[in-house]
Amino acid sequence: MTGTKKGCDRGECGACTVLIDGRRVLSCLTLAVGAQGAEVTTIEGLAPDGELHPLQHAFWETDAFQCGFCTAGQVMSAVGCINEGHASTDTEIKEWMSGNICRCAAYPQIVSAVSAAAAAMRPGADDERTDR
Amino acid sequence: MRPFTYARAATVDEALGALRDPGTRLIACGTELVNWLKEGIETPARLVDITGLPLAGIDVSDDGGLRLGALARMSDVAAHPTVRDRFPVLAESLHRAASAQLRNMATIGGNLMQRTRCPYFRADVELPCNKRLPGSGCAALDGGDTSSHAIFGWSNDCAATFPSDLAVALAALDATVTAVGERGVRRIPATGFHRLPGTEPARHNELAPDELIVAVDVPAAPGASHYLKVRERASYEFAVVSAAVTLHAEDGVIGDARIALGGVAHRPWRLPAAEQALAGIALDDPAGLRAAVARSFTDARPLPGNKFKVELAQRAAVRALRTAGGVQ
Repeated sequence: MTGTKKGCDRGECGACTVLIDGRRVLSCLTLAVGAQGAEVTTIEGLAPDGELHPLQHAFWETDAFQCGFCTAGQVMSAVGCINEGHASTDTEIKEWMSGNICRCAAYPQIVSAVSAAAAAMRPGADDERTDR
Repeated sequence: MRPFTYARAATVDEALGALRDPGTRLIACGTELVNWLKEGIETPARLVDITGLPLAGIDVSDDGGLRLGALARMSDVAAHPTVRDRFPVLAESLHRAASAQLRNMATIGGNLMQRTRCPYFRADVELPCNKRLPGSGCAALDGGDTSSHAIFGWSNDCAATFPSDLAVALAALDATVTAVGERGVRRIPATGFHRLPGTEPARHNELAPDELIVAVDVPAAPGASHYLKVRERASYEFAVVSAAVTLHAEDGVIGDARIALGGVAHRPWRLPAAEQALAGIALDDPAGLRAAVARSFTDARPLPGNKFKVELAQRAAVRALRTAGGVQ
């Protein structure tokens, strides 16, 4: 799998973020042998083949990347951010996404994407869309 | 990275047994040690994973104190309702440390076991550093950049600062670190857990080679409290200086205050002279607060690059006191 990216390789950039047992963590500081028996989710496992997770869709929709190298880590971290309940305002998103560095500085669009996805992922959001 | 073998400890006794082998290092979630492995700063022959030990509890004792298991994750402690309600200084110090991903991984015990270091310690090109290679010298004190370094308690061998935010809060809270080893259980005050450099800067803390941290105990009823972290960007950055305070005040007048500073020394730096002078000072008297805090700065020894820390740290202490006391 090539989705997860090695950036700084020292726990500073967040490009390697994956979920282990549902928690966002840095894979560059995680020994694979230590993750035996745990459920590891990478960007590849976020949505069924051929479909986009709401966050992937929001990143595409809001143009939340330029070179794309940090994007897999941004998306995985954003899944954690939303699931933890830390995506209710732009300020909160900025604070709780601060572990993901974007050298292209697509930060405003990333915040928009996380905010849009948080709304789409809110319980009942699908029903509202159907109603319209 | 040098090859190493890996095993898991199922009990504290197994972990202590593993420590008898000097080539073994214990590893929890790895946010500190894995970096040192990659950089060749640590070269163990064997890692023993202790994440399976039953040390992840966050317990409130009958008297209202806290027992934080050594393997409790930073994020879980920061989110714990009792920690947030009664120990804001603790929750704030954890929340402002590192990033969400690192806080999800890093443990309370591991946080305290971080190396006291400066940028020269882990420079890409190896530079003189008495912590990394004892006797090699100090690139910072030998005409280097001392902007991030200590203003208290440094020696001619090393002037690094301890990077943890949590430890600063624990020092203000008069917490104790509980360790077990061959000789049994030992309780070490958080204020003295980390060592000053002296002539042995390669020794970072008081934990003996045969010991393992099992818990951190925080006494009940700290009063009001606050952790102020001053840094060069809004999030995800080490402190330039920080101030942890606890406070008992009545009618806006301080009865009892405790202050620990981060970013100024080899360990969290308590201000006993200031704490004594603060009793009886009103929280809405900034000049009085400042004069009391200044009592602890008569022995400050700034380096060429960090004279600003002497002023910044005093202002941080005053502001943290006022914020904790609800005065803006």
